[in-house]
Amino acid sequence: MIYREAGEFKTSYQKDQAILSIRQDNWFMWAIMAIAFLVIPVISSEYWLGTIMLPFLILSLAALGLNVLTGYAGQLSLGTGGFMATGAFAAYKIAIAFPELHIVVVMLMSGLIAAGVGILFGIPSLRIKGFYLAVATLASQFFLIWMFNKFGWFTNYSSSGVISAPPMTVFGDNFVTGPYATPVAKYLFTLSLVVFFALMTKNLVRSNIGREWMAVRDMDIAAEIIGIKMLPTKLKAFAYSSFLCGIAGALWAFVHTGSVEPLAFDVNRSFQILFMIIIGGLGSIMGAFLGAAFIVLLPIFLSNAPAMFGFNISVDLISHIEFMVFGALIIFFLIVEPHGLARLWQILKEKLRLWPFPY
Amino acid sequence: MRIERDVMYIFIATLFLMVAIPWVTGQLSEEIFFEWPFFFEVAIGGLLAGVMYSLVALGFVLIFKASGVFNFAQGAMVLFSALTLVGLNELGLPMWLAIVMTLVVMLILAVVIERVVLRPLVNQEHIILFMATIGITYFLDGFGQTIWGSEVKILDLGIPSEPGFYFDGKILINDFDLIAALIAGVLVITLALFFQYTRIGRALRAVADDHQAALSVGIPLKHIWVIVWAVAGIVALVAGIMWGSKLGVQFSLALIALKALPVLILGGFTSVPGAIVGGLIIGAGEKIAEVFIAPLIGGGIEDWFAYMLALAFLVFRPQGLFGEKIIERV
Repeated sequence: MIYREAGEFKTSYQKDQAILSIRQDNWFMWAIMAIAFLVIPVISSEYWLGTIMLPFLILSLAALGLNVLTGYAGQLSLGTGGFMATGAFAAYKIAIAFPELHIVVVMLMSGLIAAGVGILFGIPSLRIKGFYLAVATLASQFFLIWMFNKFGWFTNYSSSGVISAPPMTVFGDNFVTGPYATPVAKYLFTLSLVVFFALMTKNLVRSNIGREWMAVRDMDIAAEIIGIKMLPTKLKAFAYSSFLCGIAGALWAFVHTGSVEPLAFDVNRSFQILFMIIIGGLGSIMGAFLGAAFIVLLPIFLSNAPAMFGFNISVDLISHIEFMVFGALIIFFLIVEPHGLARLWQILKEKLRLWPFPY
Repeated sequence: MRIERDVMYIFIATLFLMVAIPWVTGQLSEEIFFEWPFFFEVAIGGLLAGVMYSLVALGFVLIFKASGVFNFAQGAMVLFSALTLVGLNELGLPMWLAIVMTLVVMLILAVVIERVVLRPLVNQEHIILFMATIGITYFLDGFGQTIWGSEVKILDLGIPSEPGFYFDGKILINDFDLIAALIAGVLVITLALFFQYTRIGRALRAVADDHQAALSVGIPLKHIWVIVWAVAGIVALVAGIMWGSKLGVQFSLALIALKALPVLILGGFTSVPGAIVGGLIIGAGEKIAEVFIAPLIGGGIEDWFAYMLALAFLVFRPQGLFGEKIIERV
């Protein structure tokens, strides 16, 4: 009764094209933003901010990147970890070589470098499709991780192969990386970047480029026939996707962990992010966030659950059972809702429109 | 099997490059030792190792052919079957009984997977089914290690592992690898005969060709899926026995799935001979590159070289060497 378009009159084109067309949606979004920016930093403990909110935000950004490529442009990729590693190592090299650069500039530049690498590894997608492409993108995953492990130049010849972020500041001297950074500053910095890129992505997929991507996803031959050029469209998707993944990798290395080795971005990371977009919902911005929340929270819950219920099991066994339950839950979710959590959200909204008089 | 002309050309080019590149690097670089007997030793070792990859890739192909599911869980099934076999053996069962019991377990597993996972997901997109098999992977990895423990176990079938010399004592070949290749060969021939001459085999081929047509002539799709997963389970057991007695039964067995993937795309998802030929090319290419090229770029290339090699082939044949041609209509 309350939540519906009826009675809301659009008087300008601008209003007609708004992302959230219903007033309640708008309020809801602003409320979430207010909670995220104002309430969570105040009420959360350092543990919550550092081990749950930060990984959640950063992995959502990576999931957003993969969702552009897989969910919108239809190119199945298992190379996300490699592109994240590219971003992390590019950020490290840039930050060390030009210490006077602002951290946002460093992040953007590392994203651009990751985009370049993404274009390079996206070229085979012009000929290879489907699962063949998915396996082929594993080549980029393994090759990039090997490269960062093998050549000392990328880590400035550190003996352990680990890169550590130099301390960097925003707005005067608020540290966001390094030992002096507070979790709140890290959280707010990451949140602002993620919100900015989510908005950018949302607008991008509503635009010309996004429509081309979706056409290619739905049927690439048909898209080609109506005049969409395959080469630029697919490469744009690879570039933008790796751009976001690269920034996510740089954030992971600089803001979240502070020091990182290439193994943090191995093939399991790629699978994790693919899980996020499948569980969250392919081709949905919201889905990337919901999926990331689910995949980040689930293992934390699973490893704490036995203690909560008073079971006393050895650590080794817990990790095996955790694997089992994780796999079973994934299958369960796929069976219950193959289109992901975003679809559940959509169904809820449809129901809300009719509530409380569904007939 | 009809071999197309461009596949022929690709073969000849590959053979030429595989010999020419090591020879050239051997001439140019001091670090690389090149001599013909040594080259053949490396190449034969690679071919035999490739057969082991084929064993795993075979399981993928069987399931993809019959149900269009890209079964990522094949590696987990290899680990699970090997763990079960060793576990049962440790409980005091004789080896032959343990093998029979493991076969029964794999059969039950196939039934459960069809019931619990595949049936509710019928008609979903491929990527959803792919994800579900990754879920199965996690589940099986955890399940196997919960029951049987995660320490490294030794699986000894009494296959000799000392190297033997052949061809006038010039070429060194591992006897174990030879026997493994032999077993893989027997397995492939058995499978080929099974597919060609039995009722079930014919039904499997019909399903692989066209699900709907197969259904309409009265082939029960559900039974076929159970059978195909069971056959894949048997193949996984054979792979598990061979890899397990080579490396010891441990978690890393599950990772050989990642070794089998390049074999799979090189040969084509839908072709059993493709899995064999792909395995041979990847195995030989990888070993040759490791010995004759890797020292030039710093070594440790086995992680990605197979993928790059497969990628190079795919650029010329997007459906793999023997895969069905991808025909798209608007």
